[in-house]
Amino acid sequence: MKTELYPSKRNDAEDELRTIEETVFSDYKYGFVTDIEADEAPRGLNEEVIRFISAKKKEPEWMLEWRLKAYSYWLTMKEPGWANVKYPRIDYQDIIYYSAPKQKINPKNLDEIDPELRKTFEKLGISLDEQKRLSGVAVDAVIDSVSIGTSFKGQLAELGIIFCSMSEAIREHPDLVKEHLSSVVPITDNYFAALNAAVFSDGSFCYIPKGVRCPMELSTYFRINAENTGQFERTLIIAEAGSYVSYLEGCTAPMRDENQLHAAVVELIAMENAEIKYSTVQNWYPGDKKGVGGVYNFVTKRGICKGDHAKISWTQVETGSAITWKYPSVILKGDYSTGEFYSVAVTNNYQQADTGTKMMHLGKNTKSRIVSKGISAGFSNNSYRGLVHVGKNARNARNFSQCDSLLLGDKCGAHTFPYIEVRNNSAVVEHEATTSKIGEDQIFYCNQRGIPTETAVALIINGFAKEVMNHLPMEFAIEAQKLLAISLEGSVG
Amino acid sequence: MLSIQDLHAGIEGKKILNGINLDIKPGEVHAIMGPNGSGKSTLANVLAGRTDYEVSRGTVEFLGKDLLDLAPEKRAGEGLFLAFQYPVEIPGLNTINFIKTAVNEVRKYRGLEPLDAVSFLKLMKEKMALMNIEQSLLSRSLNEGFSGGEKKRNEVFQMAMLEPKLAILDETDSGLDIDAIRIVSNGVNKLRNKDNAVLVVTHYQRLLDYIVPDFVHVLYNGRIVKSGTKELALELEERGYDFIKNETSAVEAV
Ligand SMILES: Nc1ncnc2c1ncn2[C@@H]1O[C@H](COP(=O)(O)OP(=O)(O)OP(=O)(O)O)[C@@H](O)[C@H]1O
Ligand SMILES: [Mg+2]
Repeated sequence: MKTELYPSKRNDAEDELRTIEETVFSDYKYGFVTDIEADEAPRGLNEEVIRFISAKKKEPEWMLEWRLKAYSYWLTMKEPGWANVKYPRIDYQDIIYYSAPKQKINPKNLDEIDPELRKTFEKLGISLDEQKRLSGVAVDAVIDSVSIGTSFKGQLAELGIIFCSMSEAIREHPDLVKEHLSSVVPITDNYFAALNAAVFSDGSFCYIPKGVRCPMELSTYFRINAENTGQFERTLIIAEAGSYVSYLEGCTAPMRDENQLHAAVVELIAMENAEIKYSTVQNWYPGDKKGVGGVYNFVTKRGICKGDHAKISWTQVETGSAITWKYPSVILKGDYSTGEFYSVAVTNNYQQADTGTKMMHLGKNTKSRIVSKGISAGFSNNSYRGLVHVGKNARNARNFSQCDSLLLGDKCGAHTFPYIEVRNNSAVVEHEATTSKIGEDQIFYCNQRGIPTETAVALIINGFAKEVMNHLPMEFAIEAQKLLAISLEGSVG
Repeated sequence: MLSIQDLHAGIEGKKILNGINLDIKPGEVHAIMGPNGSGKSTLANVLAGRTDYEVSRGTVEFLGKDLLDLAPEKRAGEGLFLAFQYPVEIPGLNTINFIKTAVNEVRKYRGLEPLDAVSFLKLMKEKMALMNIEQSLLSRSLNEGFSGGEKKRNEVFQMAMLEPKLAILDETDSGLDIDAIRIVSNGVNKLRNKDNAVLVVTHYQRLLDYIVPDFVHVLYNGRIVKSGTKELALELEERGYDFIKNETSAVEAV
């Protein structure tokens, strides 16, 4: 009885209040540049650069060949133009494809990490020590292109869980990598996936053995750090039969004037009865108020429910980047498998987001659920693009999609592009969509209760996004609420 | 505590208030009655600071400050509260969370520390008992799917939580069932003291049996055309507004 009266932790008004204080003072809070001497590839892209990257990473021959194959395929491809986004042509020869912070020795534990890097983490408010001590999150930190510190390895190793950088996995677990890498996102999948395969520098690798429930949230903080460095992460998560893992990906980038290209690939593989929960909070630099600068975030994320009763759940809170092009998808191959997509995408000023999901129902009795909440402000454009595909053998497939848009002001746009392909007539596919505006009367109501407009907007949008926020692990939910408020600062009133 | 002088206000070029004069002293209860569309809610909204309305003339002093000069949230901080005729819904926003934010914003305005979870809970329990409101209602999203009466209850509950100096109740009785009117009125009466005041807007005498007004004003065509004691409300109940309208047009004809 007593405890029920407390709002749940993620709804705690106190946190929201703190959020607002921060909101009022922050521009782009994470805009600073760490001075790390970078060890870079020459500008531009050709076979030599790919050999350089592969050599830098001491990769085996098969990996180099795989990269070169991807590269030659990429050369034959055209940049996609179908998304509802506009940007100047990217000069792929003007990008530095590899940049590693210089470090004399590989750190064995967090204390050996370069103090400069440590400071960077502290500014981001994610001191590794704190994380380690307080939240029990194992952090595999990626600064620029190389994994710097990996914690909790020992504890995970006892359970047979492998959680390491992708480059380490290529060296130490080549069989697993060979078997699964590009099995979900082929190197030929799309322009950016091919580019990623050719030049990816690092990323995370997780392997959860049969029947093991990973006892902690696995987390990576990505960060783009050196100027003109395209960031090409490659992440692979494999959950063997009956296993469970929850993975958190968070990222912040320092303020920059030039646009930075980011083209990550994430592959998830869930075997029979396995479950993977993948959560993202993305707040890369969105560009300034006039739309100058910002990250181009062209990501390919896909999971496959390979076995029966497998489950993959994507949750994302996207507040950053100048342009987002991202469709975390699930291939529902196993019978009775489940795919979920929970998304909040916020665009402000001149940001553009074209994001959504694909649910590919192939197995029988497969289920998918899509909840997308788009919030647009300023002059921004926010599109939901989703595909629900039901194959001809997918008897009794079920999908429910809910796409809600919230507009702040009348210069922004919200668009919904739901595609439905049904090849089996036992399927039940439901789609609901709403568009609403933050009402003057809602804000006035809050004002009348003593709540200033900025805080009122934060309360209203957090209410709007609540269903998605509830799917985030606690550590992320609070940060995500703050990010929503920060990114919409000054957009009303 | 509140002094309105020659207040003129309108919206989108349309004049609604045509010279309101009203003085409210601490400890008093004033009732405003008047036909539909006469400007009662407009007056309440202008006092609360709704920006759609344009004040073209007049002054409003509240506790020694120029009220019209303050942003709505500052007016709330100064102790002005409006129980809305039509409370808005905010989907997904937990009611308790909303009220806690409001309470602490108002405290901040007054230079007080925010209430910690335990003190807030204590305060809430006390006021919940006073207003006889269910906790299950407060655990839901703000006003979302609330019945008409539940919304009104939530308004007075918020009033109890914020303990304003001047509470404006805009038709808080409409939508309340007979028992609820009694409960809510008792609650309002218990919150009264020599330092605060209440302005009730109502169409019905029944509310005024419980919240007994010191003064009753009749608003018609954006003007207070008649003021009196609680007997005026009884007279209106009996005779309707026609006699006032006739009186007014007779005066205006002169
Ligand atoms: N936003 C608006 N736009 C146009 N006209 C408005 C607006 N708000 C109020 N009015 C008009 O101003 C007049 C006064 O409205 P108000 O709501 O103050 O009346 P009221 O006395 O509260 O009526 P009721 O007893 O029905 O609640 C009405 O004619 C109404 O239509
Ligand atoms: Mg009214």
